[in-house]
Amino acid sequence: MAVDESRADPVEDKSWISVTINGSKQDYLVEQRLSLADFIRNQVGLKGTHLGCEHGSCGACTVIIDDRAVRSCLMFAVQSDGSSIETVEGLAIDGVLSPLQESFQANHALQCGFCTSGFLMSLVARLREGPIDTESEAREALSGNICRCTGYSGMVAAILEQSNSIQGIKENS
Amino acid sequence: MSQISEIKENLTVTNIGRGMIRREDPRLLTGQGKFIDDLPFSDFYEAAILRSPHAHARVVSIDTERALKLSGVIAIYTAADLEPIMKDLPPKVSHPKLNYQIRLPMVKEYANYVGEPIAVVVAENRYIAEDALDLIEIEYETLPAVASTHAALRKGGPKVHIGSESNVAVHIIQKAGDPEAALKTAPHVIRETFKITRGGGHSIEGRGVAARFDPITQQLTVWDNTQAPHYVRQMLATIYGMTEDEIRLIAPQDIGGGFGPKAQFYGEEVVIPWIVMQMKHPVKWVEDRWENFISATMERSQTHRVEVGFDEDGHLLVLKDVFEHDQGAYCVGLQVPTITMSTLPGPYVIPNIHSELISCYTNIVPTSSLRGAGRPQAVTVMERMMDRIAEHLGMEPAEIRRRNLIQPDQFPYAVGLLFRDGSPLTYDSGNYPALLEGAVDRIDIVKFRRDQAEARSQGRFLGLGLSMYVEGTGIGPYEGARVRLTNSGKILVTLAASPQGQGYETVYAQVAADAIGVDIDLVEVRHGDTSSIPYGQGTFASRVTATAGPAVWEASELLKSDLLAVAASLLKCDVSSLALSGNSVFIESEPERRVLLYDIALVSNVGRHGMSVPRDLPIAIERTAYFKPVQAVYSSGISAVIVEVDPETGKIEILKSLLGHDCGNVLNPMIVEGQILGGHAHGIGNAIYEEARYSEDGQPQAVSYLDYALPTAIEVPTPELFHVFSPSPLNPLGVKGAGEGGTIPVPGAVANAVEDALRPFGSRICELPLTPERVLRAIYDHD
Ligand code: FES
Ligand code: FES
Repeated sequence: MAVDESRADPVEDKSWISVTINGSKQDYLVEQRLSLADFIRNQVGLKGTHLGCEHGSCGACTVIIDDRAVRSCLMFAVQSDGSSIETVEGLAIDGVLSPLQESFQANHALQCGFCTSGFLMSLVARLREGPIDTESEAREALSGNICRCTGYSGMVAAILEQSNSIQGIKENS
Repeated sequence: MSQISEIKENLTVTNIGRGMIRREDPRLLTGQGKFIDDLPFSDFYEAAILRSPHAHARVVSIDTERALKLSGVIAIYTAADLEPIMKDLPPKVSHPKLNYQIRLPMVKEYANYVGEPIAVVVAENRYIAEDALDLIEIEYETLPAVASTHAALRKGGPKVHIGSESNVAVHIIQKAGDPEAALKTAPHVIRETFKITRGGGHSIEGRGVAARFDPITQQLTVWDNTQAPHYVRQMLATIYGMTEDEIRLIAPQDIGGGFGPKAQFYGEEVVIPWIVMQMKHPVKWVEDRWENFISATMERSQTHRVEVGFDEDGHLLVLKDVFEHDQGAYCVGLQVPTITMSTLPGPYVIPNIHSELISCYTNIVPTSSLRGAGRPQAVTVMERMMDRIAEHLGMEPAEIRRRNLIQPDQFPYAVGLLFRDGSPLTYDSGNYPALLEGAVDRIDIVKFRRDQAEARSQGRFLGLGLSMYVEGTGIGPYEGARVRLTNSGKILVTLAASPQGQGYETVYAQVAADAIGVDIDLVEVRHGDTSSIPYGQGTFASRVTATAGPAVWEASELLKSDLLAVAASLLKCDVSSLALSGNSVFIESEPERRVLLYDIALVSNVGRHGMSVPRDLPIAIERTAYFKPVQAVYSSGISAVIVEVDPETGKIEILKSLLGHDCGNVLNPMIVEGQILGGHAHGIGNAIYEEARYSEDGQPQAVSYLDYALPTAIEVPTPELFHVFSPSPLNPLGVKGAGEGGTIPVPGAVANAVEDALRPFGSRICELPLTPERVLRAIYDHD
């Protein structure tokens, strides 16, 4: 195997970043080559963000950065400096599941649960852009993530149940 | 549900049969799951593994000097450093005729597939460990590789294992009746060759192993996201020369999918805990997706040459199938091809059968069980042939099936072959006509044929495919459960098997609560820790419901009689006058005379130090049961799909998918349906999308999800489901396995539907998956 002499030592450089994670702002000293996913999991200690492929395909590592769903395996931690990051740990408030989380449970939208955080974060970001009213919109919203266990039917049902109840609330008010 | 009443007479079933939401979900939904890489292993070193880049090569030299100098690298191990554990990893299922090739935990001299482990780097973290991989210098002498069963069988071609005479791993023939004679006399005989390619398990969580050695207790604790903790413990104990009690194997509470590959035993599982004992420092290794692609076992690649003989009315007279199975570089187990052999006849009466396996070594990562385990291939072959018979005789595919089905009054039905568990292939129960008619009614075939004709006249190509199967589940040797009254008056169920998303914490609480009669909220289920229950087998082959289920049931019944006996003694009454509900035992006619489970625990478990108890008072309220099935129990099902094929692009659109399923009594219908739906998605993947391609020199061509298409929500429609309930007479719950049934029939149904759609072109669908390229070749590239 060819050896690149310049790589004989790992990059030692570290930088300070300042990020808001699930509402609380803090400074961190991070290695420059540290991925955002590894930063969130190992340095911040929020293990709910999972790694399924580390090449941007499965979506398990999805978090929300400044309102956009992002694959945290494809970003360096240093790139998140100054941003606001939301992870799955921020969805339930005081242990009470959010309505989307509740619909996931009621519709058996998860089995092993390894992919679930990524799906939830993708959907939370998508639902902020507007409601999901039809099955094909629901499938479109899910299609950036991969689940091997469920076959997606429960997730489709959960999303539609969610939208219907939001719809219901709007109509009743 | 009506079937519940059959479970046990005189039992008030309150939980079994209900689609209770899962107890596991809140932690998983909030990011609090306990997957292996989420456990607080903060002081653990991290390992990365150097893997062979060649499909076949001799390792001439390994130089780790530069890598060892890298700051943060702690140690590097190769086979030369691991001599005491360079021992054979034997196959799970073997055969006396197996041409056995030793599989070692790491490459000693010859690398026999791309991905085979050669060196392990232990470093402060995975980043540094991976840097060090690049600094290890290895000289290889590359050797010719064998990358298909076709190449393996070529006369005078290269050998997968240097020094071996043949690439054939095993050649087995099973027969029923007199197939040779029947083929000579059958009025009609048709033949075809079918090819199914490789695919992977692709649990979204990869494999992982971490270990710590405690020098004080001399105990080795291993965390391993395996489907079979007791099996791994036994393998390690044997290889290390330790007793089973010196090793505590923990399958983490949450495992991110299994599907078969995590039920196998790998070199990494041997090496990591061993180096922990050498280094006297904990280490973890969690594979990345690339490693999973090249080193986790796969499945499916088989080539079948099949002949069927039948009479004018379409009655099957004889089936002869000779198939090549790609075993990969080593025999991890023969379960897959032997299951294929016995799955072929399916739900049909076939008086004469010849099933012949030629399993071949190739220089590719070994194959082993993967959701469906040899059955999707067999079912595809058989069901394609059923459609061909229908075509030959100008009959509806449903009619040809109808004429050949085993009838409900024919059970137990002996097929005449052996199943993979070693027992005769004897179906215990089922109702195959109900499955077929259930599908036919829901599809409305007459209407479909009208729609199909009309669509064709408009240049659109619709097709209908049916596919039926029988699946042996719930195999032995046994599974265990321990049920305990805790000192705080609750019920703790400990399972030997560990789940990977199947909801055991919920389902087995339902079973225990009903068997005992207590409030389900008092029941807690734990699993996957060999220190909590001494023996077990694991989660594979859709076996746990039908083995652990009865074990939980039996242990709970024993526990209940203990509870009643203690209460009778305390209340000074007869056991027969007692009832149990909520958190107490009471006299049925005087419900105010009661004892709490807590009081029973105080008397029988806690006791009063040094004081005697009455002779007939049960103490230490804990019961363990191991359920030992006499043979497999047979689930069954049907898949029906309607597709539209675009002859311009080769794209297949699934317009309708229907699954009928029979796994006997259902403990939690929500979870069972979840299993079927997930399996169905996997079947769609195998039918149309997933293909682990290899070049002729054995280089994997699909090593990321950019080149390996796992179906997303766009590709998988929600199927319509229906259930038939044929309880098994072979276990006290009447249950059968449900983990694989969604996958098994789908590839065959899709293949049948596509050929039906393309009948105007005379297309022959003989190879899966049906990628656009294969569909277009089937349309335009035939004579
Ligand atoms: S882990 Fe980031 S997309 Fe798969
Ligand atoms: S629930 Fe297991 S991968 Fe989605």
